[in-house]
Amino acid sequence: MRDADGAERALLAFLESNAEISNSEAFARDLGVDHELLAGTIKSLHGFGFIEAKDVRRESWELTEEGLVYSRNGSPEVQVFDAVPAGGISREDLQRKLDDSVFSIGFRKAMSNKWLETKPLVSRKVLKVEDVVKQQLLDIKDGKNLSAADIDALKKRKLIVPKVWKAYSITKGANYAPTRTKAATEVTREMLLKETWSEVAFKPYNFQALGQPTEGGHLHPLLKVRTKFRQIFLEMGFEEMPTNNFVESSFWNFDALFQPQQHPARDSHDTFFLKSPCKTQTFPEDYLERVKTIHEQGGFGSIGYMYDWKREEAEKNVLRTHTTAVSSRMLYKLAQDGFVPKRYFSIDRVFRNEAVDRTHLAEFHQIEGLICDKGLTLGDLIGVLNDFFSRLGMKKLRFKPAYNPYTEPSMEIFSYHEQLNKWVEVGNSGMFRPEMLLPMGLPDDVSVIAWGLSLERPTMILYGIDNIRDLFGHKVDLKLIKSNPICRLGM
Amino acid sequence: MPTVSVARELLHTMLGRVYTQEEFDELCFVIGIELDDVTTEKAIIRKEKHLQENEADEDEEVIYKIEVPANRYDLLCPEGICRQLRIFLRVEKMPTYRLSRLPDSSILKMIVKPETAVIRPFVVCAILRGITFDQARYASFIDLQDRLHQNICRKRTLVAIGTHDLDTLQGPFTYEALPPSEIKFIPLKQAQEFTAKELMEFYKSDLKLKKFLHIIEDSPVFPVIYDSNRTVLSLPPIINGAHSAISLNTKNVLIECTATDLTKAKIVLNTMVAMFSGYCDEKFEVEPVDVVDPVGRVTRYPDLSLRTMDVDLSYIKKSVGVPLQAGEIVDLLSKMQLTSKEIDGDKIQVSIPPTRSDILHPCDVMEDVAVAYGFNNIPKTRPKTSTEGRQQPLNEFSDLLRLELAMAGFSEVLNWVLVSKKENFTLLNRKDDDKIAAIVSNPRSSDFEVLRTSLLPGILKVMEHSKDVPRPVKVFEISDVVLLDPSKDVGAANSRHLAALYCSTTSGFEIIHGLLDRIMNVLNVPVDGYTVGPSNEPELFKGRQAKIFYKGSCVGSFGIIHPQVLKNFDIPDPCSYIEMEIERFL
Repeated sequence: MRDADGAERALLAFLESNAEISNSEAFARDLGVDHELLAGTIKSLHGFGFIEAKDVRRESWELTEEGLVYSRNGSPEVQVFDAVPAGGISREDLQRKLDDSVFSIGFRKAMSNKWLETKPLVSRKVLKVEDVVKQQLLDIKDGKNLSAADIDALKKRKLIVPKVWKAYSITKGANYAPTRTKAATEVTREMLLKETWSEVAFKPYNFQALGQPTEGGHLHPLLKVRTKFRQIFLEMGFEEMPTNNFVESSFWNFDALFQPQQHPARDSHDTFFLKSPCKTQTFPEDYLERVKTIHEQGGFGSIGYMYDWKREEAEKNVLRTHTTAVSSRMLYKLAQDGFVPKRYFSIDRVFRNEAVDRTHLAEFHQIEGLICDKGLTLGDLIGVLNDFFSRLGMKKLRFKPAYNPYTEPSMEIFSYHEQLNKWVEVGNSGMFRPEMLLPMGLPDDVSVIAWGLSLERPTMILYGIDNIRDLFGHKVDLKLIKSNPICRLGM
Repeated sequence: MPTVSVARELLHTMLGRVYTQEEFDELCFVIGIELDDVTTEKAIIRKEKHLQENEADEDEEVIYKIEVPANRYDLLCPEGICRQLRIFLRVEKMPTYRLSRLPDSSILKMIVKPETAVIRPFVVCAILRGITFDQARYASFIDLQDRLHQNICRKRTLVAIGTHDLDTLQGPFTYEALPPSEIKFIPLKQAQEFTAKELMEFYKSDLKLKKFLHIIEDSPVFPVIYDSNRTVLSLPPIINGAHSAISLNTKNVLIECTATDLTKAKIVLNTMVAMFSGYCDEKFEVEPVDVVDPVGRVTRYPDLSLRTMDVDLSYIKKSVGVPLQAGEIVDLLSKMQLTSKEIDGDKIQVSIPPTRSDILHPCDVMEDVAVAYGFNNIPKTRPKTSTEGRQQPLNEFSDLLRLELAMAGFSEVLNWVLVSKKENFTLLNRKDDDKIAAIVSNPRSSDFEVLRTSLLPGILKVMEHSKDVPRPVKVFEISDVVLLDPSKDVGAANSRHLAALYCSTTSGFEIIHGLLDRIMNVLNVPVDGYTVGPSNEPELFKGRQAKIFYKGSCVGSFGIIHPQVLKNFDIPDPCSYIEMEIERFL
């Protein structure tokens, strides 16, 4: 038997004097090589243009395991027939003489062929039978053709299966030569040492194929966008707040923000409360007293909410529902340390006990910015928001009046989306209420302008993700992490 | 935010012109309400019955669904929205709500019994005389009560409204609290008499009413209102009596609001009468009721008096950032239903109508000036003070480490803080000793029971969902876990952790060990500055795990994940893992 090189030489030599090889399978048989081996050679020669190979498909039939056994031992119905003695036999005895599968298939078949009868002994109804099935199976093995009806019957009995033969028809290719020298794919150290690189023929490079993927790690797409937002805040002179405290008291999360204790956001179906640690024990007591007073009776020019404020409600621990809980701690601290103008920002997790769906998770990242200074105006807020959002590429903004318990005025921020051709809400903003700031001890001419948005929403828009769980959490596709682009918001 | 349905035709009639949808949308935007949806009555019914959209008729009446701010109770009905829009567009002047002038002797009384104090201590009442209902007004009257119940009344816990046909009743009325078995009446929409006790049982299967039963269920006495003939008006906050039910033909309506919060009861009553006194023979006139408390003090309701608030003009100008004149401010406020006049000392005096309970502080007046002026007409400015940008050292440090981990060939994952108890403990071969983890008391599902105490459950869940990803897989996360900490005011604290996992056909323990060495290298900890020693963590494989010691204390551990843990998370391939605290290295 020849090897691949021998087959290649024989094939090219054959084409030198013949126009075509019509069937590579027959050619392989004549050569005495395995067709699989020849096929490899054909593909390689075709790739280099030595030959032109076209697919030839042929369907034929092949015996199954079962069919193969019958072609040797005879069909089960004939085996059963042969096992029945002239005087008849009990069914049990007959079964004992034969294989289980032979008996169960063969007996049924022999009965339906009316070869046997039971009365009640099993006995022959005809004298002699011919094993047609066995003959048919042997014919198929020899490559003979059978009628469609016979093929169908054998197929139904799962004795034969179709087999696809793939072969090639071959003519000379554009680069045909009676022999070929192997082309090189790489420049090797050996070629440089022996200086053979100029004599070697190189295989043409397939520029259509992708290169080899790079190795190395990848950063998470959501955090790449977080990095961009952090940079924008830092460039704009904002100082980051320490937000690494997910567990917060209702006091700092709600009461300090002048959010009344009956507010729906404080319901158990909006907020996660904690069983352990269930409550906060220590507060700045004098400040807590001022907060209680502003809720119950008002003060600093406010009439308050006029209800019985309960310390137990304020003590209840929650998973913070917004990073503004941290802002309230920071502003209180600023009032105690002595006021200086500040710009603060944070980007961190917040928690909502809401139903989870394609756009809502129980936790997400809130981006928050605030400026605390004397003499701030709504015009300043609008100006800062324009600066901030234009750095994200949103240059056209407008503002809608809204309601929020701790900001007044409150403005929803809309940006004109050029592709969607409409105004899209991109965040919320406002001036913190005096009822929040003055009990902290901040000077009464200090105001705070603030805004917030989620990190997930702009990221989903940026990367074209429509299910938040594909972005954040364990169901993320690692391929997404590896293949997402750099964050060029606003570039 | 609450949503109110208003017929488009009614809006156009009330506003005196036809608006295209875009124009109306724009008008809403400017004053801070939102056109949320456009539909038809029949489409709403079809939706409820899950019928096909294509059965729509051409001539169906178009309904605008309008979202209103949660603190503007006066916008919870079409009457209120139209009135605000008309006043904003200067089609209508601000109405003056007033009490009818009656001699004290002819004012009806509501006498409050002391027993009510234990269950629902407050009641306020008012009468709408000579009201004319039609189908739309009647429906709106009912809808407004529903919306108030849903919003400010906090599902009837704080306030419950009852409305009655006054002509079927005989004053004076008494507000009492009695044992449930002693209260007996025919409730609304029923034909037979029930005791209050039987009713509580009966309504357990009523989809709408069963959610209010808890408000009084466990009390030994139930609140109840009687007239002088011992006719039951209502069993608040559950149901009214059938006897005094109102209908389209009712001319005189008694409104009672029982409450646990008197301030909110007054707001609710004022909202009801302000919205519907417009349909009375004497427009915007309301007949008062004297409420006599258990010690005999008499208070007349509703209180429709105007509240006044003095506001510095300079405060408004400085806050909005526009140099407005006093006259301009007065004019702008009139568009927002606030009457005001200039007074001495660079101030204006603002009269706040009973409908504007949302005005608590001069900042609310300032906002109305800004809204009426138009947020989008305010010129952009920049705050003058400059400040320095600064990062939190821990976050800056974490970001630098994240880059190093990525450069070391690991890809970043980002998992939830909330996990199930099973994931945080049992599946990691760990037991909850109640000493380390913060536990959520009201999770919607078991997925959010506990705050993770390590980054491991999240990372293993990632691997569970990454069976098809070609091996080796290398992932990392630098994030916070939460641990109980009695030294903190809230009793718990975040701790920033670094975790990395290697997963392939072989465990790759030496790869994770190498990563530890690399981390220490970039942290500038010399090779003799940290040690590893044997450990016995249940989530790691025995003999293939170690603790990491730095300056004498343990900062983390690494090893091969225990095969049982891998099986628990349905991970088919071996994994090695490292997790350490990083704040120690800051």
